[in-house]
Amino acid sequence: MSLGNLASVGYFLPELTVTATILLLILMHVVTKSPRSNAFGFLSLVGVGAAILLSGIVPAGAGKSIFEGMAAYDGFAVFFKVLTALATLVVIFMTMDSREMDGRSQAEYYIFLLSTLLGMFLLSSATDIVMLYLSLELVSIPSYLLAGYFKGRERSTEAAMKYVVFGATASGVMIYGFSFLFGLTGTTQIAEIGRSLAAGKATLPMLLASVMVAVGFGYKIAAVPFHMWSPDVYEGAPTPATAFFSVGPKAAGFAVLVRFYYTVFAAPDPGSALWRLTSAVDWPLLFAALSAVTMTVGNLVAVKQDNVKRLLAYSSIAHAGYMLMGFVLLSPAGLKAILFYLVVYLFMNLGAFYVVILVSNATNGGEDISDFAGLGSRAPFAAVSLAVFLFALTGIPPFSGFIGKVYLFAEVINRGVYWLVVVAGLNSVVALYYYARIVRSMFLDEPTDTAAIAVPGVPRAMLLLMVAPTLILGVYWEPVARIASDSIRMIAF
Amino acid sequence: MVEPSAYLLLSAILFCIGVVGVVMRRNVLIILMSVELMLNGVNVAFVAAGSYLGDVAGGIFAFMVMTVAAAEAAVGLALLIALYRLKETIDVTELRILKW
Repeated sequence: MSLGNLASVGYFLPELTVTATILLLILMHVVTKSPRSNAFGFLSLVGVGAAILLSGIVPAGAGKSIFEGMAAYDGFAVFFKVLTALATLVVIFMTMDSREMDGRSQAEYYIFLLSTLLGMFLLSSATDIVMLYLSLELVSIPSYLLAGYFKGRERSTEAAMKYVVFGATASGVMIYGFSFLFGLTGTTQIAEIGRSLAAGKATLPMLLASVMVAVGFGYKIAAVPFHMWSPDVYEGAPTPATAFFSVGPKAAGFAVLVRFYYTVFAAPDPGSALWRLTSAVDWPLLFAALSAVTMTVGNLVAVKQDNVKRLLAYSSIAHAGYMLMGFVLLSPAGLKAILFYLVVYLFMNLGAFYVVILVSNATNGGEDISDFAGLGSRAPFAAVSLAVFLFALTGIPPFSGFIGKVYLFAEVINRGVYWLVVVAGLNSVVALYYYARIVRSMFLDEPTDTAAIAVPGVPRAMLLLMVAPTLILGVYWEPVARIASDSIRMIAF
Repeated sequence: MVEPSAYLLLSAILFCIGVVGVVMRRNVLIILMSVELMLNGVNVAFVAAGSYLGDVAGGIFAFMVMTVAAAEAAVGLALLIALYRLKETIDVTELRILKW
């Protein structure tokens, strides 16, 4: 069934491209005398761009299990590979535009960034708990280093230290859960684990295992109560890295969450095209509760924030809560809603961070809401773009975020989980308040410094490339929705 | 012949001591050591399960965990040194520039 190592190489080209780029970056760093040059950024752009092209689109139903069952090559994995690589591509542009990185060595930064990308590729396709653990750590360890990249800056180092402690503890709890699953079933393949758990009736160890694994994945997607690291890390890390954390590892976390729980603790129900639980452990209820708590805490705490990076951190926690709603429904439409939401979230969130970087460049590292005062007259284009992104994040029509929410809410109602919809609806109202606060400051408050902020060509073009999908997907979303529903097919062996 | 459940009990005890250490101690160095203790508890569980089932995958997983733990410790200790140079303390209660 599963392909051997040599035969698998042909299905592993994006990963090999990224690996080759990392090695080239290291080589270049060793031989070149100017680690600060932008050449590292351009090389990374080429590598990531090639990886996106090579990911291609898998014909529907033509999934393969590669490397002796270690990883899957299917539509679901390809979707997440393209998504995370796109996020990385935008983040590389951001890094080259950010003044924060001026005068610092660039080489290591891109090496860590691309290593994380490689980890995300593997995480979204892992089908074996050994592989899953290793790829999760390949995402985490370079992320610690990215967060602490400004080692002379107290905030950055402190954030990275907290990240290491939280991350290591969460992944430790997760593999303790894995050790239960291995002990119960005697295999490391997630599909086999699923089958043998469905046959047995070991409820208590399964409950423990499902909760412990939820800790590890919950930390990766920053779900409450495993979110404590994320506001600190988002505020302390270099802004482009923050933008990266808020989209890339979160998306990969959702990929592994869906693949793992839908394979190990659930099975496709032949009768109804839905999934059904294979045990007495009601983990969807657990995650529904997590989802409600996550969005509520994220939104309520975001209201009090004055630092925009920290505000966006809490807002991204809230968005993870919204997306978790689609995860608990055990239906293809719920998964499709998650994938669609991730696409629109990629553009609106990275776009918002892009403007934060432009403002911080112009105000010597200013990141408070007061630094955005009068942005409407100082840099009209950036201000209008940020307004579009923030309204899209709120979920107001006619922006793309609204369509994303419609898909999620509609499926939750369809499956009859009304209480969750009520919580999510109330949360959207709270979200409007804090996003509108930034918009108000940009257009109504008097700036302390009225000098115009110049937005150079590249950031202008990038902002346009982020605004366009945010607007277009609000009125014409059919193609992306189709890609999302084609990509939910996961293979299970 | 020791019962397999004895090994699992040992691993649970090690793991719990590690968790308590992470939660209770204030010194970052001790916290990192406690995390290692958690991972060693996991390793005992994997090796015990692997040898009971006659499956080498358990032992292999334990090796992977050790490797990753070493990488994690390298990064954690490097950051710890950077932090100490900046703040001259490694007490977690002093890590509070960033909060709510």
